[in-house]
Amino acid sequence: MTRIDDCFARLRAQGRKAFVSYIMAGDPDVATSLELMKGLPAAGVDVIELGMPFTDPMADGPTIQLAGQRALEGGQTLQKTLDMVAEFRKGDNTTPIVMMGYYNPIYSRGVERFLADATAAGVDGLIVVDLPPEEDEELCIPANRAGMNFIRLATPTTDDRRLPKVLQNTSGFVYYVSITGITGAAAAEATDVAPEVARIKAATDLPVIVGFGIRSPETAKAIASVADGAVVGTAIVKLVEEKRPVAEILAFVKGLADGAHSA
Amino acid sequence: MADDLFNSFMNGPDERGRFGDFGGRFVSETLMPLILDLEAEYEKAKTDDTFWAEMDWLWKHYVGRPSPLYFAERLTDHLGGAKIYMKRDELNHTGAHKINNVLGQIILARRMGKTRIIAETGAGQHGVATATVCAKFGLKCIVYMGAHDVERQAPNVFRMRLLGAEVVPVTSGRGTLKDAMNDALRDWVTNVRDTFYCIGTVAGPHPYPAMVRDFQSIIGKEVRWQLAEQEGEGRLPDTVIAAIGGGSNAMGLFFPFLDDPSVRIIGVEAGGKGVDEKMEHCASLTGGRPGVLHGNRTYLLQDDDGQILEGFSISAGLDYPGIGPEHAWLHETGRAEYVAITDKEALGAFQLSCALEGIIPALEPSHALAHVMKIAPELPRDHIIVMNMCGRGDKDIFAVAKHLGFDIRT
Repeated sequence: MTRIDDCFARLRAQGRKAFVSYIMAGDPDVATSLELMKGLPAAGVDVIELGMPFTDPMADGPTIQLAGQRALEGGQTLQKTLDMVAEFRKGDNTTPIVMMGYYNPIYSRGVERFLADATAAGVDGLIVVDLPPEEDEELCIPANRAGMNFIRLATPTTDDRRLPKVLQNTSGFVYYVSITGITGAAAAEATDVAPEVARIKAATDLPVIVGFGIRSPETAKAIASVADGAVVGTAIVKLVEEKRPVAEILAFVKGLADGAHSA
Repeated sequence: MADDLFNSFMNGPDERGRFGDFGGRFVSETLMPLILDLEAEYEKAKTDDTFWAEMDWLWKHYVGRPSPLYFAERLTDHLGGAKIYMKRDELNHTGAHKINNVLGQIILARRMGKTRIIAETGAGQHGVATATVCAKFGLKCIVYMGAHDVERQAPNVFRMRLLGAEVVPVTSGRGTLKDAMNDALRDWVTNVRDTFYCIGTVAGPHPYPAMVRDFQSIIGKEVRWQLAEQEGEGRLPDTVIAAIGGGSNAMGLFFPFLDDPSVRIIGVEAGGKGVDEKMEHCASLTGGRPGVLHGNRTYLLQDDDGQILEGFSISAGLDYPGIGPEHAWLHETGRAEYVAITDKEALGAFQLSCALEGIIPALEPSHALAHVMKIAPELPRDHIIVMNMCGRGDKDIFAVAKHLGFDIRT
């Protein structure tokens, strides 16, 4: 059982939906993003997705791209991101942390070394966008072996023929991408999402969380009501881009979390 | 040819799209079903005579193939050693080898019922070739091009627009070729249902590296019979040389000779200002290390933390921080050698080709020619070198003029 499994078991027992939020590590600097990260659980965030910046984020829209650039220009490295997690863990040993990003920085560090360091720092799961099930031997299987959840994205193009393959080595939860497109693009529609979530839930016992295109408390509620939870990233990162004070960003996050939790 | 199929260099990639450890399918889940569809469609086309009959007809009547294999006599005399042939792919319609591959992909796109074609381009040659073929078939064409390249390659941007393509200047990242590829992938992920991504080089997720190689292999196949025609039955080149950015013209020349052990194979990377710790070059094999980008594992220019670095080269067509995965594998197995040529050396070769052969080469093949100049003098007169003159230099005259200290802008 990972912190992710515990978290969803707890939510299920309470009959609550999950609220997951994404922030970019090191954006615009380590101190600010760590302060924001530390405030997320109190704002109602159940699972934290911590972005690992990469120079070539092919699945991300302009907002997350720029966040990654700001972080890299500020000197963010994979080590500093792991250090952030370790620092966060000093004050919070229950909120699950999922590191999200692209494969090359992990591959460059070495998969075994990365998994050991991430486990030691207190990371619970990984979302690596450019590792489909066809490449499971690269990181997914070693991660599962190391006791870390490997959370897979399912998308509108994942048909029934392909779904079992996508679910096969997935653990923790399934992340359903509500649109074909990049982060922060089109708006998610609960009516489109509901049958897709039902289709996935028919094939797995894992919680299904929906992300991409959610930016208001109302949408968070609408989406969470047809799934096991909702993810918001771009809308939060946008406020970091606008240099809003951490307290203001956390108030916005709380609104989203309340929306999802009211579902 | 190799007696034992298992020892052949021509069997790759495997069913996972790997050449040894390189290649693969490192893409997001949204794209994965499309890539599998494309692979299935290509596998069907490969053994379909009507597909190749259409290709052959277009290659002959639209592109102007076969391109000549030309004995560069004055250059040979000047260097005083090996006998030098140029494979004249710069004479193709649109002025480069790029169209060989574009035709194949567009025919596949039509077979798959796709109506919207997207492409990335650096110097603009692949973009022009894609816009050209899309115009011919009445397909919508969108070309992603780094904002910086849009500025320095204005004539090609105008060509694409004349041909009816929409050119999208890419400002994400640093606005270069790799960022254009990122934005093309973002477009594809957004418009999966009607869109075909026409990749310009032997890189990207499987099946692109193998498919683009197969389409470009027409270059090496022609060299085989053309050389026999001029030098006698069974005569193979002793050395084949080509420039490498992503590596499609090189793979096209090399592939049909991989199982001829007597043929020495040399790929020439862009050494920029020199391959040293300052990394002002695009020599992924000579100065990079393995990593994962744009759907495949290959050699990449990257920092210690796995962040991708920008390449640097006088040639916008070689300005890419990666290289096709099959080249990475040929490098590691030692079947092919890879060297780097600096901007300065390439400029020297550019001028020599103009002066001695009346051929204005693109800056890309100028790199290959510069390496020919290095090795030819030391080789015997019966040693045959074939270099790939993969593009013409019209697009480069402004850049060359600037480097030579002329101002030709009006």
